[in-house]
Amino acid sequence: MPSPVIPESRSPVSRFVIEHSGQNPARCYQCGKCTAGCPAAPDMDMGPRQVMRALQLGMGREVLSCNSIWVCLQCQTCSSRCPKEIDIAKVMESLRLMAILEGHPAAEKNIALFNEVFLDVVKRHGRAYELEMGALYNLRSGHPTANARILVELVAKGRLALLPPAVRGVAKVRRLFDEAEAARRRVGREVRG
Amino acid sequence: MKQEARAPSEKRGGGQNTFSYYPGCALKSSAREYDISARLCCESLGIELRELADWTCCGASSAHATSDVLAVALPGKDLHAASEAGYPLVTACAMCFSRLKIAAHETADMATRTLAGDVSGNIVPVMHLLEVIDSRLASLVPNKGLAGLKVACFYGCLLVRPKAVAIDDAENPQVMDRLMRTIGAEPMPWAFKTECCGAGLPLARPDIVRRLSHRILLSAAAVGADCVAVACPECHANLDMHQAGMGGKHGGEVRVPVVYFTQLLGLSLGFSPYELHLDRHMVDPLPALSSKGLA
Repeated sequence: MPSPVIPESRSPVSRFVIEHSGQNPARCYQCGKCTAGCPAAPDMDMGPRQVMRALQLGMGREVLSCNSIWVCLQCQTCSSRCPKEIDIAKVMESLRLMAILEGHPAAEKNIALFNEVFLDVVKRHGRAYELEMGALYNLRSGHPTANARILVELVAKGRLALLPPAVRGVAKVRRLFDEAEAARRRVGREVRG
Repeated sequence: MKQEARAPSEKRGGGQNTFSYYPGCALKSSAREYDISARLCCESLGIELRELADWTCCGASSAHATSDVLAVALPGKDLHAASEAGYPLVTACAMCFSRLKIAAHETADMATRTLAGDVSGNIVPVMHLLEVIDSRLASLVPNKGLAGLKVACFYGCLLVRPKAVAIDDAENPQVMDRLMRTIGAEPMPWAFKTECCGAGLPLARPDIVRRLSHRILLSAAAVGADCVAVACPECHANLDMHQAGMGGKHGGEVRVPVVYFTQLLGLSLGFSPYELHLDRHMVDPLPALSSKGLA
């Protein structure tokens, strides 16, 4: 029997998901096992089963605006349990990348901000520098004293590197970032048509 | 050709006990006790860890969440360096392990491999430290058995999912349980072995991390575990560092020490709790350990 097909003309989002993730949401028969096991489902606008249903119905815009694609922890529980062996976590990843490529505002601003800060720091030092990451995130999220207790305790226990990591070859890391950024712009232009 | 790729380890006199070691960023900072205890255990077990020269960040979940090119290119750079060195690449961090092993899979047929410095054909195997130690269980003789210590082995997500890179079963893994049994401890059967602790969200959505980590700890406490053993710095941070803020509207307070499996292995090999930095956790494991005569 041929696979059911999503009405492509109704959703460029579904088309991107199918192409990028290699998964066809139309194969989902809505058993809900993904949502039942999803640790983040209680914090999502739409659980993974609903995301799959929305894609089947061609509701691409709604899916890109939901917080689920940001809150998804990529724990892979849904993918490992899906009776149809659909890699649902990969679908979530594709949706999040599409939201980024399209410049769609993130429904979870702080999660997007954390990723941005994390990668900025890695680009600068070649490795994660936890102290700078925490400080930058706190400042940019507007909560300068968040996690102060943990910070103090970490320092007291000698568990926080105070100096930035010194790594040879940071230039190579920066080049990878620049090339990834160029690829993102290129694909972004294609996605936006 | 493939066979020859593994040969340098012999040529350089390292043999199968020599590995390139990728500590990862957390093990150089907030998870130092994991790095220190892992090195002590390996030294004692005759496993030579050679820190990979000039290793850089694997990109963790943030690169994966932002760019599929970066998600492979960053660990690809380290894979390339490891392949030059010629020894299997071992890491103790579950996140680094996952990113490196997935990259090893994907670089096989992705255009991004040129970005990572032509990681082609001869990619060395990527292993988690648990696997390396598991392969030596038969010859592991503990100095001091951890008799009476009830341990809830927590695997989290990245060691057991996705299937393509998993080191054990996704629902009821046993690799850490086996190790605990070998060193005389009692691994507890429990339901939250492979649940998610909240991953990289402790800054952006601490509420989610507290909710998820709290129910994991409650489950460990419910089966009478003296401590939770982990194999990932992120799991450790979420379960230990954020424990003080848990409870409240999601149920009662919980106090369960969270330690690295290498710290328990280290105790059984005869190292002191202080050498293993067991006194550096937020939830002090020493009272539980000393009640069993282990500290």
